[in-house]
Amino acid sequence: MSLDLVVNVVIAGLLTGLIYGLMALGLSVIFGVVRVVNFAHGEMMTIAMYAATVLFAALKLDPFFALVPVAAVFFVFGYALQAGLINPFITRPEHSQFMLLVAVAIIMVNALLMIFGPDARNVQTDYQLESFEIGRILVDKARLYAALVAVGAAAVLFAFFRLTLTGKAIRACADNYLGAKVVGLNVKKYYSLTFGLGSACVAVAGCAMVLLVDVTPPLGPYYTLLAFVIVIVGGLGSMAGALLGGVLIGVSEALAGLFIAPSAKSMFSFGLLILVLLLRPQGLLGKRT
Amino acid sequence: MKKELLCLVILAGLLVAFPAFAGPYALSVATLILYFAYTGQAWNVMMGFAGQLSLGHSLYVGVGAYAAGALFFHYGIGPWAGLWLAMALCAGFGLVIGFLAFRFGISGVYFALLTIAFAEFTRIGFDHLDWLGGPGGMFLRVAQRDVWDLANFRGPPLMYYYAMLFLTAGAFLLCFFLLRSKAGYYWQAIRENEEAAQALGINTFRWKMVAVALSAAMTSVSGVFFAFYYNNLFPEQIFHISRSIEIILGPVIGGVGTLFGPILGAAVLTLLSDGITDLLAALGWEIPGIKQVFYGIVLLVVVMFLPHGIWPALYRRLGFHK
Repeated sequence: MSLDLVVNVVIAGLLTGLIYGLMALGLSVIFGVVRVVNFAHGEMMTIAMYAATVLFAALKLDPFFALVPVAAVFFVFGYALQAGLINPFITRPEHSQFMLLVAVAIIMVNALLMIFGPDARNVQTDYQLESFEIGRILVDKARLYAALVAVGAAAVLFAFFRLTLTGKAIRACADNYLGAKVVGLNVKKYYSLTFGLGSACVAVAGCAMVLLVDVTPPLGPYYTLLAFVIVIVGGLGSMAGALLGGVLIGVSEALAGLFIAPSAKSMFSFGLLILVLLLRPQGLLGKRT
Repeated sequence: MKKELLCLVILAGLLVAFPAFAGPYALSVATLILYFAYTGQAWNVMMGFAGQLSLGHSLYVGVGAYAAGALFFHYGIGPWAGLWLAMALCAGFGLVIGFLAFRFGISGVYFALLTIAFAEFTRIGFDHLDWLGGPGGMFLRVAQRDVWDLANFRGPPLMYYYAMLFLTAGAFLLCFFLLRSKAGYYWQAIRENEEAAQALGINTFRWKMVAVALSAAMTSVSGVFFAFYYNNLFPEQIFHISRSIEIILGPVIGGVGTLFGPILGAAVLTLLSDGITDLLAALGWEIPGIKQVFYGIVLLVVVMFLPHGIWPALYRRLGFHK
């Protein structure tokens, strides 16, 4: 096995991992603020992927442009989901929240199955077959663009939380629920806003991912688990941790696929998850509570 | 209390007499209900009594099924020996997971995700274990279906129905006495407030471990049943997270922490799923996925409007409370 191959595989895994990271960032932001684990996260990701394929088939809209309207719709959807369904559940026990989001996930994945059927769908652009050659290293154009979009979206979200007043208010709600209420913040509104932002992240990640893989309904539960693994490894609630976890999982999956067997790649991720939970339960970049 | 006991005796009598009136289809549905009732009861020991949320109970069903199945498949050893192996293995697995989690102070959502991780890890591991059939599955020999071969747990559907009824009744009684035992009170104290329980001198680590081991061992028995009832085992099916969710749905819908909740929840969900299938077939709406969408919607409505499950609400309605 040549070194070139390994390097190529690592780069591909790293780029894919950045998209995973953006997907997980959505989950992490939602958990970090609302303290609810979104068990329908991967299902939302596949809905965004299907939306991109539909827009591509109907309007020949490139997924990189489609991500703007898809993210906008997802923001509104996420806001409504939190405001209508999840806000009444924030004081309920964890298993009750879990059941609610599992019900949402079941509805989503099967609605996709009803509408699109079990066959795989994708988009086909000309640049998907092209790649940049740097010496003997090949980088797929689509993968690189998708990863750049993911990094860009993550940077926008970082800036939003750090620089805007709304972002600051959301962080206040996350830090101290009661304190945020005392100073007069409408906590539930900010929760809805956060869920909307997390959903928009997933929408962008889905539109980027559809350039790299074909989408089928069962991909939803798979992505949900993947997002859990990533945020736990990186640190649930930590934004930088989600990206780092995404890259780690992306690279380790790619290497496991190369050296062991493609079917064993998620065993590797789950093994990593168990190790992190035992050695550093707050995650690599998480803060101890 | 007298009224409750009377209702319970009538229900038990009806269940024992049920096969005399029921056709083969109704019997298979009833067996499935009892299967979920029993497994839900086992899960409830850990979550409902001791407050430890496991989302990976398919691990114990799968390991139990494969342990007993492999003994039978490779060595022809019947399930009565396999049962002990399955229970020991699963209690061991549960203790390892519990030890790792509780020693390092992992609880709540993190514990739940850890249980998922272990189940998924095992699922992919079994996919690569050729000795147990790998992803192609393991198939147990199907013996004559009309003879009651109790030694090898082979026989007509009626035998499986009574086996499951016996297990469900046994688990119900066990949980009834557990809840009124010292362990039961310790668990409930831990569930309600772990720090306060510890301050009162309860060894919370030890009692959480007991709950996990007991729940895992009980769940492994449904795995053994599964292996000999369905005769085929695929890692992709038996360990999948959707199996874990299926186990949890009954007790959550019926009422977490209640004795009758898992049984009621299993009956409601199984009949609901069956009813939706019949209704959609009658309407001619047979699109793949539509059944699960309806199922999801009903689930959503129940979770939203009955936060404590159906049984506590029904319990008051029936006038059982003193």
